Amino acid sequence: MSTGAKDHAQLSDIFNKDEARVDWHDETLWFVRAKRDKAAHSLPEWETLRETASQIKDNVLSNLHEYLLQFEANAEKNGIKVHWAANGEEHNKIVHSILKENGVNRIVKSKSMLTEECHLNDYLHKNDIEVIDTDLGERIVQLAEEPPSHIVLPCIHKKKEEIGELFHKHLGTLEGASDPVYLTAAARDHLREKFITRKAAITGVNFAVAETGEFVVCTNEGNADMGAHLADVHIACMGIEKLLPLRKHLSVFLRILTRSATGQPITTYSSHFKKPRPGQTMHIVLVDNGRTTQLGRKDFRNSLKCIRCAACMNTCPVYRRSGGHSYHTAIAGPIGSILAPNLDMKNYADLPFASTLCGSCSNVCPVKINIHEQLYKWRQVIVKEGYADPKKALAMKAMDFTLSNPTIYKFAGKAGRFVLKHAPFTVNNKLNLWYKHREMPEPPKQSFGEWYKQNNKND
Amino acid sequence: MTVGLFIPCYIDQFYPNAAIATLTLLKKLGVDVVYPTKQTCCGQPMANSGFEHLTQGCNDLFIENFSEFDYVVSPSGSCVLHIKDHLHAEKAEDKALGIRKKIYELTEFLTDVLKVEKLTASFPHKVGVHQSCHGQRGLMLAQMTELVEAPFSKPLHLLNMVQGLELIDLKRPDECCGFGGTFCVAEEAVSVKMGKDRVADHLNGGAEYITAADMSCLMHMEGILRRQNSNVKVIHIAEILNAQEF
Repeated sequence: MSTGAKDHAQLSDIFNKDEARVDWHDETLWFVRAKRDKAAHSLPEWETLRETASQIKDNVLSNLHEYLLQFEANAEKNGIKVHWAANGEEHNKIVHSILKENGVNRIVKSKSMLTEECHLNDYLHKNDIEVIDTDLGERIVQLAEEPPSHIVLPCIHKKKEEIGELFHKHLGTLEGASDPVYLTAAARDHLREKFITRKAAITGVNFAVAETGEFVVCTNEGNADMGAHLADVHIACMGIEKLLPLRKHLSVFLRILTRSATGQPITTYSSHFKKPRPGQTMHIVLVDNGRTTQLGRKDFRNSLKCIRCAACMNTCPVYRRSGGHSYHTAIAGPIGSILAPNLDMKNYADLPFASTLCGSCSNVCPVKINIHEQLYKWRQVIVKEGYADPKKALAMKAMDFTLSNPTIYKFAGKAGRFVLKHAPFTVNNKLNLWYKHREMPEPPKQSFGEWYKQNNKND
Repeated sequence: MTVGLFIPCYIDQFYPNAAIATLTLLKKLGVDVVYPTKQTCCGQPMANSGFEHLTQGCNDLFIENFSEFDYVVSPSGSCVLHIKDHLHAEKAEDKALGIRKKIYELTEFLTDVLKVEKLTASFPHKVGVHQSCHGQRGLMLAQMTELVEAPFSKPLHLLNMVQGLELIDLKRPDECCGFGGTFCVAEEAVSVKMGKDRVADHLNGGAEYITAADMSCLMHMEGILRRQNSNVKVIHIAEILNAQEF
């Protein structure tokens, strides 16, 4: 999903060329944040739920090894075949080999951010296997040949008119039609045919229960169920952090997931898959792909508590005004910015800096990940590992030199104010990024320090 | 009780009136205030850019300037939060920890330590309050809209004591203004858009002044207001709490 050399600042600069669209994107996601607030505020026990969820996940991360083995044993007992993948490539190969064994070359897939993270679609496509994403939003971005821009609302960056155009081109809907009911009905017909004819279905996993070996998939469209129930082969792909110790823990997580995500009390479908129906085979692929590395990073391990609700994206003032694609990674927004550097620090060195550290993300996080503190900490790691812009490093050293010495500081301050007053053109030009859309502060006659010296001679 | 007044570098250089108001206000409330003249900066611009390892010079200087006081008070939530979270010194860690415990942002010092219940201030204007993120979410100067908790606000508690002041309503009472330190130039496009949106919320509410407990957010919004040739002004909360306009 990397967009080459462009970083978040450059990509969001492009996104901001169309200000009306930025306003629309911001308002659309703010609407979702407002729905989340309403849902949260309707539960007086909300903060207790967050704390409970956080502690359950802390326990999972501290005992991941045991829970994974317990889950594997119970799932196999239920008749599910369990596979282990160390990374994305292994995951893709495992999925491919299962499909090959079953002689399948056309499949349906319901939404799974893990398969996005592993670039499964590309891999299968290269191996002549057709993948149809069945989540409506995912199908739209798939037709547009774009990655999702949001983990819960994959095509939130697209207007209904643009979707109408896409459907006209690919599904033969009427030209210029943009009525959501009409377009949804067309998508429904299109997808029904796929569900009925495809022999294998891939789903993601929202929660896997160690105690019972079952897993839960949450959707609003029922597409995961439709795919899995009609297919002979069901492959569920999950990151190893998706575990919950006990089934009763779902009573916490199912209550916070969708309230945080969209403001709904619960998803329309919370489907429990425990064993294959007669004649069906069911597989689970457990994927590490950097998760154990992250687990070993003391400051960043609790990012693995994430349940992919996207509340941090909806509340993030930067995300809302830069769009998901500006993060050039499968998982955008604040959580993506603390997950991505773990996988590739060089390519994602820009992401922890794509934040004002306002802290709203940490406040909405249903499992209390200290996202903004981790953004700060990633910045330190990225600079120490040598991925900072050398010009910035030089500027910072100069700043340290000036600010560590009161005499130099006073001189520099005076000189700066003198320049602003008497030679503003040296500052007010296009080289100064502040000045592009903002006036510089008006330099006062004297600094506070100078004023104090003059007015407090007796001190 | 002796208070060490910490005036962040950019307030010292660009907004001396906010500092003068802070000093005057504290004195008016009977506090013994000292301004250590060798102070510079808390080191936050470097640390937030990933260069915390370069801030030892600032840290040492800060400890040298402020360890002797009973309290350290500053008219900037952001700088106070930085010191509270990140002041270290291998050779004087106890002093660093001491400062981290006794440093206060101005409105929290007035509310929590001085327990101010009455002010003789008057500011007959329509005012929009910008909740600066580091003060609000970091120092918890006010309740945050994301949390399901009882509401409170230290800045509003104080502003409500000012005669004639009329607070305006905002659509988004605690959204970030987009300043974000070096973010304001590193992510110029988003920073400016955030600032424009924040300013628009205040303008739509009919504000004559935008105030905050952090001058940096105000500097950012002032830059945008002035570019738009707006008559709306920014003013540090200390200047309002110290105002005598009738």
